[in-house]
Amino acid sequence: MSAAAPWTIASVRAALQARKISARELASDFYARIDKRDPELNAFLTLSPERAFAQADRVDAAVTRGEGLPPLAGVPIAVKDVISTKGIRTTCGSKILEHYIPPYDATAVERLEEAGAVILGKTNCDEFAMGSSNENSAYGPVRNPIAPDRVPGGSSGGSAAAVAGGLAVVALGTDTGGSIRQPGAYCGIPALMPTYGRVSRYGLIAFASSLDRIGPFATTPDDAAAVMSIIAGGDENDSTSAPVPVGDYAAEIAKPIEGVRIGVPEDYFGEGLDSEVREKVQAGIALLERLGCRRIPLHMPHTDYAIATYYIIATAEASSNLARYDGVRYGVRVPGATLAEMYRKTRERGFGAEVKRRIMLGTYALSAGYYDAYYLRAQKVRSLIARDFSDAFQKVDAIVTPTTPTPAFRLGEKTADPLQMYLADIYTVTGSLAGVPGISIPTGKTKAGLPVGMQIFGRHFAEGPVLQLAHAFERAGGFSL
Amino acid sequence: MKISREDVIRVAELAHLELSPQEIDLYRGQLDEILTYIGKLEELDLTSVEPMAQVLLKQENDEHPELRDDVLSPCNVAPAILAQAPDAAPPFFRVPKVIDR
Repeated sequence: MSAAAPWTIASVRAALQARKISARELASDFYARIDKRDPELNAFLTLSPERAFAQADRVDAAVTRGEGLPPLAGVPIAVKDVISTKGIRTTCGSKILEHYIPPYDATAVERLEEAGAVILGKTNCDEFAMGSSNENSAYGPVRNPIAPDRVPGGSSGGSAAAVAGGLAVVALGTDTGGSIRQPGAYCGIPALMPTYGRVSRYGLIAFASSLDRIGPFATTPDDAAAVMSIIAGGDENDSTSAPVPVGDYAAEIAKPIEGVRIGVPEDYFGEGLDSEVREKVQAGIALLERLGCRRIPLHMPHTDYAIATYYIIATAEASSNLARYDGVRYGVRVPGATLAEMYRKTRERGFGAEVKRRIMLGTYALSAGYYDAYYLRAQKVRSLIARDFSDAFQKVDAIVTPTTPTPAFRLGEKTADPLQMYLADIYTVTGSLAGVPGISIPTGKTKAGLPVGMQIFGRHFAEGPVLQLAHAFERAGGFSL
Repeated sequence: MKISREDVIRVAELAHLELSPQEIDLYRGQLDEILTYIGKLEELDLTSVEPMAQVLLKQENDEHPELRDDVLSPCNVAPAILAQAPDAAPPFFRVPKVIDR
């Protein structure tokens, strides 16, 4: 297939059913693409051909027997390397887990495989999902397939690059402050962060437990919806997963969008927004209006406090979650004369600079004498940011903003200045703190050919309506505005 | 200045991180800049605001109680987990001596 018509879940299914290709041939074809392109992109950290071909053979056997195929039969997928895969190395982009092989599958992985998907391998990411450019991986940066001198975004940079580069049909990423939506925007593909609790976090190696979410990258909203239908839903192994019934996303997505009220918050269009990004997002909003949506101006007064709030809460949770890497039970151990020395040497050698910086910031924010000034204060501001969203959703059905203030930046451009890197998440962390779902979809490219992302937030558990807007936008040609 | 060199050393100890003198200086400067930025939260009057201890709204949680019966179920992953350990003496993990006699 040409690059202009990438494989989709539907086209894989049709080709398998018509016996134009076998699942094994398709998997081989994708591994050939990876062999060819990935030395440049560095999107994959580990390939899992044994598991992929075993699964492909099961699909092919079902085709041969004339059985009905499960919904994702034979679909080649990639999985971010912070998501556990039984028997397949899972490093979190960190040296400290260089040789770690999980003894179980994450629920999302298990559900995808039960639905027939073929797991090609594990994708590169910022170490423990901490970063906005994929340059914090211990295994080297990922390049943006659209513009290889640029970052793919982060932290799910490998998953975004794999799908945008045609090395997987869909991929799982994780989003804590923007780590699905921002790389989706930079690589020019739909990328969905579901509602907090919508997808089980069982097997997702924790960064910030009140923020972490698993979600899909795809080339179409339809494919993102198809993946969500499989991975969404409660799970007894994750007490924060919500036992809220899962909608029929494939049916919801095709509903008309006439009369949908879209809120446009002025707070997301202020200083720091690149003029070409502004222009493209405004063009995207105008298209939604032509499709029958009603545009309603909004003011979300606490938007400007979101980055400060996020970097306290996320690092506080991270400092606690990452305490488990001590060289005792798994991962790298650097010997020491005493237990404490072993901990210190192991963590010094095993963690990269950004992870240490965030552990330090989080430990500081939680330490005696500073808890009230930082952590408690941030938790209160988080309430105000969540209230901005609930107030807005009294008046509108969806909120539309730019995904990022600029298009993809160059490799190395922001590595020396952590605060500048954090500010790349300015429009995405709000929805992370509020727990709402959000999708980034392409809304054309800059003159230099860099993708621009438009973000759509919905109410809690309203993935269906969000995907519906994305689908209508795509069908109307919005992706190439 | 929000954070001193001594603060950085104390926090590194709490977090079991061994930092070189260069790292201490680098992190002090970077953390200071980040904490200064975070200082903007002090602009807000939060006297009547509750901290957000749960992500989903209350009414959503009430419909779906989080507590369920405590039921034992088998979990037979101990050998697989011990196989990952840097130094295992099944069924134990071995670590340097903690108590001197």
